[in-house]
Amino acid sequence: MKRAGFASRWLPILLLVPQLSIILVFFYWPAAYAVKSSFYLQDPFGFGQTFVGLENYASLSKSAEYFKVTNFTVIFTVLVTFFSLALALLLAVKADKVIRGARTYRTLLMWVYAVAPPVAGFMGLLLFNQRWGPLTEFFGSLGWDFNLRADYFDTAFAMVVVSVWKQVPVNFIFFLSGLQSIPKSVREAALIDNRSASGRFWDVTFPLLAPTGFFLLIINITYALFDTFGVIDTLVQGEPGNNPMTLVYKVYVDGFRGNDLGGSSAQSVVLMVLVLALTVFQFRMVEKRIHYT
Amino acid sequence: MNTIKITAAAATFALAGTAAFAQTEITWWHAMGGNLGETVNKIAEGFNASQDEYKITPIFKGSYEETLTSGIAAFRAGEQPNIMQVFDAGSATVIGAQGATVPVQDLLSENGVDFDINDYIPGVRYFYADNQGKMIGMPFNSSSPVMYYNADALAAAGVEVPTTYEEFEEIAPKLKEAGYIPLVQTHLPWEFVENFHSRHNLPFATNANGYDGAEGTQILVNSDEMKMHFTKVKEWLDEGYFGFFGTGWDDNQAQFEAGKAAMYIGSSGDFGGLSTKGMSFEWGSSYLPYWASITEEGYQTFIGGASLFAMAGKSAEENKATAEFFRYLTSPEVQYMWHRETGYVPVTTAAYELAKADGHYDRFPAAETGPKQLMLAAGDNTRGYRMGFYVQIRDVENRELSRVLSGETTVEDALATIEKEGNELLARFAKTQG
Repeated sequence: MKRAGFASRWLPILLLVPQLSIILVFFYWPAAYAVKSSFYLQDPFGFGQTFVGLENYASLSKSAEYFKVTNFTVIFTVLVTFFSLALALLLAVKADKVIRGARTYRTLLMWVYAVAPPVAGFMGLLLFNQRWGPLTEFFGSLGWDFNLRADYFDTAFAMVVVSVWKQVPVNFIFFLSGLQSIPKSVREAALIDNRSASGRFWDVTFPLLAPTGFFLLIINITYALFDTFGVIDTLVQGEPGNNPMTLVYKVYVDGFRGNDLGGSSAQSVVLMVLVLALTVFQFRMVEKRIHYT
Repeated sequence: MNTIKITAAAATFALAGTAAFAQTEITWWHAMGGNLGETVNKIAEGFNASQDEYKITPIFKGSYEETLTSGIAAFRAGEQPNIMQVFDAGSATVIGAQGATVPVQDLLSENGVDFDINDYIPGVRYFYADNQGKMIGMPFNSSSPVMYYNADALAAAGVEVPTTYEEFEEIAPKLKEAGYIPLVQTHLPWEFVENFHSRHNLPFATNANGYDGAEGTQILVNSDEMKMHFTKVKEWLDEGYFGFFGTGWDDNQAQFEAGKAAMYIGSSGDFGGLSTKGMSFEWGSSYLPYWASITEEGYQTFIGGASLFAMAGKSAEENKATAEFFRYLTSPEVQYMWHRETGYVPVTTAAYELAKADGHYDRFPAAETGPKQLMLAAGDNTRGYRMGFYVQIRDVENRELSRVLSGETTVEDALATIEKEGNELLARFAKTQG
């Protein structure tokens, strides 16, 4: 194949400029600024500051609370990602089989997608209300004294449930279209080879869904790490107390609520490195085993 | 398209029309939402109607934290408002940043507005002052922790309102027997830590509770008195004499409103909100209890809530307008209106006297508890505290004390952790000032 090229060396650069300048202004510049302020302790108004070198990082590494938040973030991310993907896949496989009223079912399963995270959090707040939340009452009837925002575990449970509920529809849409793009001939061939439905699913459907699944895995990890902010903020209502929080929420708590610019910058840098490492790891390790059709 | 242009042009002319009087316009960023925000607008409208030289525009900026953060960002961009509302825990940040604000006392005297700190209610005077006693921020929405009681519940149990925690311990079993949660609180750091120290006149931090400067200030919560208090609170919780529903204020207050809790420690400012809830029982308020084993008489508490800071970098005319607005705001009539509408305490003695003369406290006895408690005996440790990064220190207090109540840690460990992490935060804050 003939290599297509540009006549001038400058044209491609010119075409890239808008995109690059956006990235530069909205990502690299703030990121560089965060790295710089992570080496200082500064008065938020900008009057005084002290260069402290790596002290902000050192105090993070010594903080038991920071480790606790990190642990929670990891567990939270694993749970949210796993359940959002698993439930969505289950629903997609089932919805794919429905023939009568298929559109209605699909719409019903999808519309939660339109709910903004803070709104989802607010609905969780109502469902899990300490005194009259329907779910609180339901758990109470099972003998579980559910106490949102007073009990660490219960609050964590509510955060996971709300975050999963919010994310399932997105995954559902992708899985469903993934399922529908599997050629009929492949399915029919599988039908001849294997009579067990679950056997056909694991041997044929699941591997063919892998590219969709891999894409969703990344999307979901990012969602659990970052986009659940609204859910967490609404559920703890700005008073973290003895409630679980994620790393991103802690950046907000210390930086925006507490005006500790140096400390929260150090936390954002840690987060940036973490995301970078995660992305490299995912592409290196997982992509090797995936076959795109 | 043409219609839009015409409308825009008309709007521009309309704006130009109002500016023709050469009014000095000032802005006021605040964090008062809902009904409070409407009362703020009422004050601003009142000021604008009272004269025609100045015009103030109040702008709601969200929560206290959001208001402070946007104010800081605006200051760094040179776009700060004339007046910014800052909450109690954030005041060390603003007062520490000398040059960010004009001390309100200087602003008033430079602009010919009479100022005497002794006109203010004792518990209000020094919380937002510097170590020399000069007022830096103008106390605005001020409240203090008091105790509310369900009179029907107390009558059912055949007990009186306790004034000390010792008395509370005696009546708690009877209230429990009558089917009530005897006591809940709404804000552990504010009610059981900060004002606990003031009520008992105990030092809360070194360097005169932090007022003498950020350098070397250390928090003093790991004391025998605090250990005793929280050991007792945990015992009460285990016995069913105390209820704890997390760090959310409303979750705890809701128990009282629902008639489940017989008493709750809340803000003197809750009075206004409670009056509108249509609760089915008789209720009233009394002073924050104290331990007779620590002090014979309870001392005054200090104010929480927020104050108004005059931001620096504004023209002399605008500063004059801000000073005139503060004159209007602190007049007895406006203070009384604010007190009556919101439940916050009046900040001057004259406003308190006016409310009294008008019969406000005959109609609403519960409204008088806050101002009266702020006028009790003063001590060395009753003016408040000045600690940087106190928002985070409060987070640590909330977290560790909640863990004591949930049984995840012991009182000794929790207080030691608060002191350790608190001192680390204070040391970090001192470096931001360098």
